[in-house]
Amino acid sequence: MKLVTAVIKPFKLDDVKNALEAYGINGLTVSEASGYGRQRGHTEVYRGAEYTVDLVPKVRVEVLVDDDDAESVVDVIIKSAQTGRIGDGKVWMIPVDSVARVRTGERGHDAL
Amino acid sequence: MPEIPEISAGDTAWVLVCTALVLLMTPGLAFFYGGMVRMKSVLNMMMMSFGAMGLVAILWVLYGYSMAFGNSIGGNGLLGDPTEYFGLAGITADSVSGAIPTFVFVMFQCMFAIITVALISGAIADRTKFGSWMIFAALWATIVYFPVAHWVFAFSDEESGYVGGWIANNLGALDFAGGTAVHINAGAAGLALALVLGKRIGFGKTPFRPHNLPFVMLGAALLWFGWFGFNAGSALAANGTAAVAFLNTVVCTAAAMLAWLLVEKIRDGHATSLGAASGIVAGLVAITPACAAVNIVGAIAIGVVAGALCALAVGLKYKLGYDDSLDVVGVHLVGGLVGTLMIGLVATDAYIAESALGLFYGGGAELLGKQAIAAGAVLAFSFILTAIIAFAIEKTIGFRSSEEDELSGVDLANHGESAYEFNDAAYGGSFSKGSGSSVNVTAPSKEGAPA
Repeated sequence: MKLVTAVIKPFKLDDVKNALEAYGINGLTVSEASGYGRQRGHTEVYRGAEYTVDLVPKVRVEVLVDDDDAESVVDVIIKSAQTGRIGDGKVWMIPVDSVARVRTGERGHDAL
Repeated sequence: MPEIPEISAGDTAWVLVCTALVLLMTPGLAFFYGGMVRMKSVLNMMMMSFGAMGLVAILWVLYGYSMAFGNSIGGNGLLGDPTEYFGLAGITADSVSGAIPTFVFVMFQCMFAIITVALISGAIADRTKFGSWMIFAALWATIVYFPVAHWVFAFSDEESGYVGGWIANNLGALDFAGGTAVHINAGAAGLALALVLGKRIGFGKTPFRPHNLPFVMLGAALLWFGWFGFNAGSALAANGTAAVAFLNTVVCTAAAMLAWLLVEKIRDGHATSLGAASGIVAGLVAITPACAAVNIVGAIAIGVVAGALCALAVGLKYKLGYDDSLDVVGVHLVGGLVGTLMIGLVATDAYIAESALGLFYGGGAELLGKQAIAAGAVLAFSFILTAIIAFAIEKTIGFRSSEEDELSGVDLANHGESAYEFNDAAYGGSFSKGSGSSVNVTAPSKEGAPA
């Protein structure tokens, strides 16, 4: 199994959610995040004092998937989150040793 | 037997309402200031205003009113006799000031004392011990505000032999609602406090972004609303003078907001919400002394100058290196000076026949000179005495929070509270031992707390 994590623009969350659902993903975890990549931050001015705000609001989406689905899920996320402009985010995956469903205690593929 | 003065029901009703309006300015100020600080010190910021509401009200009825409006000691216009009305002695429901009950006047002026003290707190955001602030507030009100209020607001009455303050009577400078006594006074005090307490850790390097701009705008709105009581109420009557003050309080403030926004648009590229809120306050400050002395042309002129000049003045602290956190100097001192001095230029009898004339209306430079003396005297007196009081507190019990408290947030250190709950997970916890396991009335009404 793999954990696919994507950091995307907040306003693309609905598109990504819908695309993953259409692909057949049953569940995901979303959290608010802040960060920057190559686009860095932006400037804000308060009473004439200019501040560079480095961290930009982002949304982190985490999905647990079978090994076979992992690459396709990455593609689904890329397609649905892409605007083509700077700051679209990143997607990565890492191997997962074990997964358990809390309600039933099922393990592995059955727990997904 | 002196004639028993009559109470006007209309005047009394109006000034009662205005008194409540002026009280509302202080919580309004708490929102205005509170929104501008960081999340970790918003409660402390607001509590400095609320603390002043409690403390100054008590001092006022004990001896403040007497120091401000008692007969001048020695007849020299410097200080009212604190024993004359100590504890409001001798005043009853039948006592009359002008055409309103004296108690109404006592309360109206009480609100001015409260907000003047609260205004200063903006200079020392994020780094102040609450207890020390309260001691400062008591000392400052007693040593600085009550005397200056006497100078400016206590008018002599030859008939009764009452002798008032030197600025109002001997000098004859115009300050209708407190440009000197309230704004220059608080602004100069803020500068002294900011210098004594020093810069916040990270000043000029780390961004201190306002944590809640809607709070700031809410505060500015409440201030404008309350300011009608402040300015138009200062007529102490429901009459034409109140109407002129009201009119100018709208016109000048509108002009100042637009001027501030224009400066920002040209200089920074954006007209900001903080700029709008700040421009409103700058305009309100500037029209305060002038609201019964100018026509709408003068009001617009004062508004434009105050809005633009204050917008430029708030940047001075970075150049000169004093951390006047929320620009008490840039807005209240500068705005107060603009309004007080410009009376000397644009005062006119166009609306109120007995008004003195400024330089532009054929009155010569005499009034301008008087205005400058009044402004300079209050500025110097307030700055020097505030510095002494603040220095004494800092050297004895300490005025400024510890570095650790400042970094982790003065809300927690001073008040044992944090302002916001952002998620349920972080809100959880358990009752500390002995904190009311049998009595649950203090428990937060939130799932997770014991029922």
